[in-house]
Amino acid sequence: MDWINVILQGILVGGLYAMFAAGLSLIFGVMRLVNIAHGDLIVLAAYVALVTTQTLGIGPLTALIVVVPVMALIGYALQWFVLNRTLGDDLLPPLLVTFGLSVIIQNGLLTLFTADSVKLQAGDIEVATIRLTDGIYVGVLPLLQFAVAVAVIAGLQFIFYRTALGRAFRATADNPEVAQLMGLDNRRVFALAMALSLAVVAIAGVFLAVRANFDPSQGPARLIFGFEAVIIGGLGSLWGTLAGGLILGLAQAIGAHLNPGWQILAGHIAFLVVLAVRPQGLFPKVRT
Amino acid sequence: MSTAMSAAKSVRQNVRVVFGDRSSHIGLALCALIVVALAAAPLWGGRDDLQLLSEMFAYVALASLWNLLAGYAGLVSVGQQAYVGLGAYLLFAFAILAGISPLWAIPLAGIVAGVVAIPVAGLVFRLRGHYFAIGTWIVAEVFRLTASQISVLGGGSGTSLPASMVIAIAPTRQLRDFVEYWIALALVIAILTAIVLLLRSRYGLALKAIRDSEIAARCSGIDVTRTKLLVYIVTACGTAMVGALIFLQKLRISPDAAFSVNDWTAFVIFITVIGGIGRIEGPIVGTIVFFLLRQTLADLGTLYLMMLGLVAILIMLAAPKGIWGLVVARFGFSVFPLERKVVFEELSPARE
Repeated sequence: MDWINVILQGILVGGLYAMFAAGLSLIFGVMRLVNIAHGDLIVLAAYVALVTTQTLGIGPLTALIVVVPVMALIGYALQWFVLNRTLGDDLLPPLLVTFGLSVIIQNGLLTLFTADSVKLQAGDIEVATIRLTDGIYVGVLPLLQFAVAVAVIAGLQFIFYRTALGRAFRATADNPEVAQLMGLDNRRVFALAMALSLAVVAIAGVFLAVRANFDPSQGPARLIFGFEAVIIGGLGSLWGTLAGGLILGLAQAIGAHLNPGWQILAGHIAFLVVLAVRPQGLFPKVRT
Repeated sequence: MSTAMSAAKSVRQNVRVVFGDRSSHIGLALCALIVVALAAAPLWGGRDDLQLLSEMFAYVALASLWNLLAGYAGLVSVGQQAYVGLGAYLLFAFAILAGISPLWAIPLAGIVAGVVAIPVAGLVFRLRGHYFAIGTWIVAEVFRLTASQISVLGGGSGTSLPASMVIAIAPTRQLRDFVEYWIALALVIAILTAIVLLLRSRYGLALKAIRDSEIAARCSGIDVTRTKLLVYIVTACGTAMVGALIFLQKLRISPDAAFSVNDWTAFVIFITVIGGIGRIEGPIVGTIVFFLLRQTLADLGTLYLMMLGLVAILIMLAAPKGIWGLVVARFGFSVFPLERKVVFEELSPARE
């Protein structure tokens, strides 16, 4: 019974990790950029949600109506004014610029909100549970979070393969020069991709903030979790990303159950094992 | 046409390949003077000066090693704190568990770290480009979390170097300061010399070829993976020795301090980028700028770190070769020239 609970918790938390990973995977797929500030942007979204709930007096889930467009706008501007200048054959500029960005966001949040950890209050939904059988209960909030994660991945999958925007993403990813010849403005496509990535980040940030305490220093760890989920799941596959998130969540839950000090370590070790045994990830997208 | 040929025949030339020119000889002589002045620092400086200089030496060494890794071998790591912490923990482990003198523990830590780097490279080399960067970070996190599980070394809260070990370095506090200062100076000179020699060797040539075009380098018969592996191991070894020395001077260690991504990677990257990545002089110039900024602005706290990040971003966007890159572009001057120059010497006067 104990173990079933552990596995259930691991899977449900894995949905959150999949959301961290989806945004990361999206922009890597479109423009070969790994955003080192990704985790700090998640924490930034959490603070935007905090300010929104406090000033407007609304619940965290309602606040998504504000946080998602705000983060998407930040993403668009960030790509348009800064990151587009770094793209090219050399991989150092985007890496160092996003690294600098990470330090700026972290210390900016520290200046504005101090190092004290805070949490978003979602009200009754936080403690509501559903009884499955004797001794096995599932929280409504983790379940909702997992459902949202699946919906986000499905939504991204739809945008990528069923819409004109997705076609533009895929065309630019496959061959930027030819895409430009076909009338696409690469800079705009990249900016839209970053906006979409940060919209996902916004959702992830809000759920992070409702689930547990957060503080400005948590960004790098979220980046690492997202990155591990991407690699475990396999590069370029959105559903793989979900699987990667679940496996990471499971590994951490099992580690934590064995010894509280092993939670994060167990996740890292699962990642390293996958890297050693199957470096292309579990469900790599087959490229023709 | 025949006159041209005879003219060419009549001048016998000898071809030599050299590295330096007059300006670099002057620069090198100046460097030697500076080193002598620095070695004599215990005569002219106080305790605070020695500590500040030691810290600067450590950052020059760390930044030079990161520069070798990222600027020359294209291995952009954000996880070099793994080896700073590993070296530091090895020093404490050797001292506490085996009673080995800290002075011997420094080179020993370097060797062990070099060995550890081999299987680590086996894993992280599977990731390319940006993914390699984050992969190295995860390895550093694994090291940090593992260190916090080792209870003989204090677990998560860390431990201090035993007093008997501290006294073993030198009997008095003043003498200890001097010894540690000289070790720091010797280590940074040794690391800089090793990097210059490595880059001037055929491995250096191979690295430049790989940097320009990996495919072309492979076609010319360069074993790309082996060359990168060599650089990775050498860097791990040097970084661990510097880490051991840094924490020998601190006398106290904890997982969060030893494996700090801010202290041992963010600052090191900013130093290298500001000074000039891909140049030997870059990390030295960057360290001087970094410490000038720190001495004047450190009171600003988080604002200072934000400014540092901003400066690094602006430099990367506006002058990606850093301050020293601007100097070279403007004056064509280099203290540690790595480019080979061909010199034609006339051996005998033209005979008619």
